[in-house]
Amino acid sequence: MIRFEGVHKWFGKLHVLNNVNLQVKQGEVVVVCGPSGSGKSTLIRTINELEPINEGRLIVDGMDLGGRGTDINKLRAEIGFVFQQFNLYPHLSVLKNITLAPIKIRRLDRKEAAQQAMALLERVGLAEKRDAYPSQLSGGQQQRVAIARALAMKPKIMLFDEPTSALDPEMIGEVLAVMKDLAESGMTMMVVTHEMGFAREVSHRIVFIDHGIILEEANPAEFFRNPKHERAQQFLRQVLSPMH
Amino acid sequence: MTGGLDFNVIRDNLLYFFIGRYPHGPLGGVGLTFYLAVVSLVLSFIGGLILGLLSISHNRVVKWVSLTFINAVRGMPLLMVIFWMYFLWPGLMGRPMPESQTVILALTFFTSAYMSQIVRAGIEGIPKGQTEAAISTGLAPWQAMFYIVLPQGLRNMIPSFVNQFVSMIKDTSLAFIVGVDELTHIATQVNNRTLVFPTEIFLFIAVVYFILCYAFTELSRWMEKRLAWRKAI
Ligand SMILES: Nc1ncnc2c1ncn2[C@@H]1O[C@H](COP(=O)(O)OP(=O)(O)O)[C@@H](O)[C@H]1O
Ligand SMILES: [Mg+2]
Repeated sequence: MIRFEGVHKWFGKLHVLNNVNLQVKQGEVVVVCGPSGSGKSTLIRTINELEPINEGRLIVDGMDLGGRGTDINKLRAEIGFVFQQFNLYPHLSVLKNITLAPIKIRRLDRKEAAQQAMALLERVGLAEKRDAYPSQLSGGQQQRVAIARALAMKPKIMLFDEPTSALDPEMIGEVLAVMKDLAESGMTMMVVTHEMGFAREVSHRIVFIDHGIILEEANPAEFFRNPKHERAQQFLRQVLSPMH
Repeated sequence: MTGGLDFNVIRDNLLYFFIGRYPHGPLGGVGLTFYLAVVSLVLSFIGGLILGLLSISHNRVVKWVSLTFINAVRGMPLLMVIFWMYFLWPGLMGRPMPESQTVILALTFFTSAYMSQIVRAGIEGIPKGQTEAAISTGLAPWQAMFYIVLPQGLRNMIPSFVNQFVSMIKDTSLAFIVGVDELTHIATQVNNRTLVFPTEIFLFIAVVYFILCYAFTELSRWMEKRLAWRKAI
């Protein structure tokens, strides 16, 4: 579904992604973790070309990013993206946040789009908020709407960039529950997160990245029991420590 | 003449102040001022929007050409833009143009250049995440601009727009220089004819300009409220 082959990316002189090789298969849930500034966001943002790569090949859903004839808008419609800061549209109601793209891109008529949006709102437990505006929702509710908005395009892949990092602790659970439900439905997911409970319980594979280099790639059990790289051990000690 | 103000001159010429020689001749006075302002306002809004979007284009040539135009116009006094239009445009187009159209064109050029920078700032003030969220759902960049960024940006631009338009209502008075019968021109005519009531006459038109500008400010305040949505966070 997603294949990185020798991918490099620079911000000016900063080498943010350094020879990344990585594959995500259909239905797989991959968690990406690593210290702050290690390139996790950049990595996940290259997949729908919010950040273009400088070198190497990146193939998503059979399409070669940066290849001629690849329609990036079309590819993005197949990939849901959930942001740390939710990024809901503040001038639109919850319902319209969700129906905009299906109406404009999938050419659904209003009624169909609204029905579909309501089904998604049920699924994330926010049906009664259809006419609310984003600013009237809590962070956890906003993020669940953002997930519904992404799902409305019926994407083949869902990407999450620290979806719970901007949330008050008591709201993290509700968002993770939605994500877990999504993972269990067979969605292909790539999730940047420090929620090691989620990683352990839900993911199939964990990727540890530091200074733009993938240092370790393992299944969760192995990663938590026996992290090989010293940086990964250090990172785990930090995020798992009760003081964190 | 001998102390005290005599506003009979206003009363006697009231209709003339408001509509000029209309309906026996062309519209003039307040009516024409209002007409010039509204038409230029609508055109400058469109012009400012287009120029503003061009000036943030990713195409370097488009961006450079529009910015050069904007900076050139902003570096000129309005009076000169009016003269340029008045003397050069007919030659350029090969046919004369009514003076009021000359003025509308000049005001539109001038105000669009300023408006474009309000538009640019308004667009750049919307967080990048909004565009990213929109294009991530598959919307094309122009759709993200049209449905997500502009609606939010325009609302933030309203106060600056209003300032610009209020200046423009006052700037219509410069039209008198090329002989357009708007309010200021009418006032100088009446003044030249009667000779003895300059204070009354210019006090009167000052009040009229004030009322026009004030009414417009109030109108836009009302609009701003109607366009309000519950502000984010
Ligand atoms: N648009 C950008 N321009 C320049 N540097 C950037 C940009 N985005 C991120 N960076 C830098 O690239 C590095 C990796 O950033 P990021 O991928 O956001 O890390 P992470 O998500 O792991 O915290 C950081 O040092 C960050 O400062
Ligand atoms: Mg990040």
